[in-house]
Amino acid sequence: MNAPDGFKRQDTASPTDTTDPDYFHKVVDCQWACPAHTPVPGYIRLIAQGRFSDAYIMNRESNVFPGILGRVCDRPCEPACRRDRVEDEAVAICRLKRVAADHKDDITDRLPKKPAQTNGKRIALIGAGPASFTVANDLAPLGYECVIIERYGVPGGLMRSNIPAFRLPENILTEELGYILDMGVELRLNSPVSSMKALLDEGYDAVFVGTGAPKGKELNLPGRQDSDNIHIGIDWLESVAFEHTKSIGKKVLIIGVGNTAMDCCRTSLRLGADDVKVMARKPRSFFKASAWELEDAEAENVDIIVNHSPKAFIIKNGVLTGMLFEMMNYELDEAGAIKSQKVTGEVEIACDDVILAIGQENSFPWIERDAGLDFGKWDMPVVDEVTFQSTLSNVFFGGDSAFGPKNIIWAVEHGHQAAISIHQHCQGKPVSERLTNGVKLSSTKMGMFEWRYSNSFDGAERRVMPHVELTKRFKDLGTEVELGFTAEQAATEVQRCLNCDIQTVFDAPLCTECDACIDICPVDCLSMTPDADEAVLRNVLENPALNEEQALYVSAGLPLTGRVMIKDENICLHCGLCAERCPTAAWDMQESEIIIHHVEDMVPGAST
Amino acid sequence: MTSFVKPNINLKNAKRNALGLTRHDYEGAMSTLCAGCGHDSVTACMAKAFFELSIEPHNAVKISGIGCSSKTTAYFLREAHGINTVHGRMPSVATGAAAANAGLTYIGVSGDGDSLSIGMGQFAHAIRRNVNMLYVLENNGVYGLTKGQFSASADVGSKSKKGEVNLSPPIDPVTLALSLGATFVARAFSGDREQLVPLIKAGLKHNGFGLIDIISPCVSFNDHVGSTKSYAHTYKYYHPAVHADYVPMNEEIKTSYQAGEAMPVELHDGGSIILRKIDEDYNPRDRGAAYAQITERASKGEIVTGLLYIDETQDDMAAMNRLTSRPLNTLPYDELCPGEAALADLQTLYR
Repeated sequence: MNAPDGFKRQDTASPTDTTDPDYFHKVVDCQWACPAHTPVPGYIRLIAQGRFSDAYIMNRESNVFPGILGRVCDRPCEPACRRDRVEDEAVAICRLKRVAADHKDDITDRLPKKPAQTNGKRIALIGAGPASFTVANDLAPLGYECVIIERYGVPGGLMRSNIPAFRLPENILTEELGYILDMGVELRLNSPVSSMKALLDEGYDAVFVGTGAPKGKELNLPGRQDSDNIHIGIDWLESVAFEHTKSIGKKVLIIGVGNTAMDCCRTSLRLGADDVKVMARKPRSFFKASAWELEDAEAENVDIIVNHSPKAFIIKNGVLTGMLFEMMNYELDEAGAIKSQKVTGEVEIACDDVILAIGQENSFPWIERDAGLDFGKWDMPVVDEVTFQSTLSNVFFGGDSAFGPKNIIWAVEHGHQAAISIHQHCQGKPVSERLTNGVKLSSTKMGMFEWRYSNSFDGAERRVMPHVELTKRFKDLGTEVELGFTAEQAATEVQRCLNCDIQTVFDAPLCTECDACIDICPVDCLSMTPDADEAVLRNVLENPALNEEQALYVSAGLPLTGRVMIKDENICLHCGLCAERCPTAAWDMQESEIIIHHVEDMVPGAST
Repeated sequence: MTSFVKPNINLKNAKRNALGLTRHDYEGAMSTLCAGCGHDSVTACMAKAFFELSIEPHNAVKISGIGCSSKTTAYFLREAHGINTVHGRMPSVATGAAAANAGLTYIGVSGDGDSLSIGMGQFAHAIRRNVNMLYVLENNGVYGLTKGQFSASADVGSKSKKGEVNLSPPIDPVTLALSLGATFVARAFSGDREQLVPLIKAGLKHNGFGLIDIISPCVSFNDHVGSTKSYAHTYKYYHPAVHADYVPMNEEIKTSYQAGEAMPVELHDGGSIILRKIDEDYNPRDRGAAYAQITERASKGEIVTGLLYIDETQDDMAAMNRLTSRPLNTLPYDELCPGEAALADLQTLYR
């Protein structure tokens, strides 16, 4: 889902419409930011209660691969976390997901089952990555005959070939893919698809393309073709994963500074390199890698060198000996954008191998351009952003192959949406006919000052993930670096969650305008004031509500004075003190369950 | 009452005052009053006023008597000096403290019972003496702590929760203070913090005795139909007449006060109080006229609020009695206790 418009008030006279399911959904920033809309606070509360299996299942319904994503998710939820805006760092949401996955019991009997009989509809899923597996996960239990067709001898796609085992152990991948295969999904390995036309001729009811963005970008500089020691990052990682490559030179240069570069540099250290430099063309603020991946690489003594633009590969007597770089100087404006740049000199940096990790792109050499589906800009197939349908009505795309490289959690969401479309298509219904989101509210009040969630604010700082000692992690490519939270760490971290899904729900007619809620609010996010334009109201608060990406709640007119109650959603701790202090229960703390539909909800009786 | 303490959040970009403190540094223990009590709003306003004036908490003194209102000194300025005195005796303890150390900021918090019944005599004499303190009277018309009997400020005709009608005429602290020569007299409502916070600031900076009578509804025993001290009644009948803003020395007076309607009153500390008339006919500089206006409007059921009277020209207790401005605990021993000979000389004077 795209960034919200901030739920700005349309006109002065109208109170905020909290019946719009997106309103409370947006307040749960983590869930809103998650492409698959995982109900984060809900599963964190389950972890807090030691209900790891329940937490795992709650996760799985949204994101399908909690064990995998608990390790390697891009975590769009964490930068969105309210905790980060209130005082310090985001809750370690991703690592808590791993806690659920690591400590769950055997949950196989709680998973959707292979149906007694199929519905006769056959679906081909090309590429055994997260997108195809999600489609199969959603459709197979409903009776669809799903066939996953994979070019390599093992399933997993980029999760297996590009994410090193020291970040994502193979057994986790195998376990979670296995759950889906056990639903009666057929997996055809070593079966590269070379012709879309031929595949269509096989008579499948629908074809889903989940082949990722498998082509690493080239860097055509002098000398590029003159050495075998210059590698394309994702191809090299794949070759390492499939054990075709087992060593690398001592001195390695990585070109590019995205997450693939981080995996390349850290993998190099495990294959024998001892001097690894990541070469960045621009300053650090332009790095594409996630902050935590940079941190982990630097902790392993990888040098990250900024402002070096590659110019040429240096080949002497047919041997790669180094690379020539131009040293750059950038002038940045106040917003941090580059105003001007100049070359200040050249430098040669010695190396034995170079790995190019400057991006990846889509590649569909196997789809004939006359197969019946349109290709548009940049030679990408034309795909609908909501339905994931191509211009050929029975062909659907998802994951990186739909709109270019994103990440696993986006691939999962694409899979969920494509599954809905495939179902509609196979039932002869319009793919645009989809269920809309909903919201269910239930009070958490248990009695006087008692709520069914832990509402007290815990001032603890974010727990630091323990790692395997540096001296022990390089011998074996498969030694997982992150150890997972200890029981004590998990117990502390879960309490850092602010429970943003427990909403402050205001009932204006009950208010006696006593100000108690305003006085008690620890972050001064409430006020009562004469109604006005939103811009005015935002500045009325003790702490003005300056973050316009966050909604400002405006109540209906209050009974005694006609003023309005306003609340800045931005920094509300969801601590419930307003509701505890309210003498008339005009404020209540209500749990919001955001109803996000998957394909099973469209099949009567299939919902679990 | 609440189940847990109000957390102190180190909010990013929290407002800080001249001392680098946040408003939360001016708060205290969690209130144990009823949810919705007007007193909690007054407490929040007092904390905010001290914060905005950048008064060091350890240079403030909170004094109170007995009652719901008197409990509230625990709920703000946790690092200030404080004493809960015997019922109704807050004024004399405050008088003694102010005499012993004129360098601190004094705030007394009391209620209608503590001030107008058992402590009436003390209240009256603190006003006469013009003790340099702010006296906050949280007025709800009932004895809330003993389950809602009418207090001395209950209006004739006001109904109790059980329907009983009050027949005894009320003591109005504002007109009483005016008749006793008070130099700073204000009335406010706990539901109007825009008015109350500046009033508290002005009262703290006023040189002499400042009284703010605050209608502060008792949510448990006096917030029903028929009560004249309920939220609904007060919202309906209260009538801001004069707004007061405190402007410190060296701070430019905002130009938004239009000439003619803004009246600056210079204070001893070099700052000033800017009076802004909301009701054009009201004159806060004329004791007799103020008294007449307030009583006349009260007879029609109107509750006139704001800074109702101010006179910055009167000496306070310290000046009247030629007390030292230095805290007694900083005086050298032989100055503080000059010995037998000095005592004999003093006694001779009276023989």
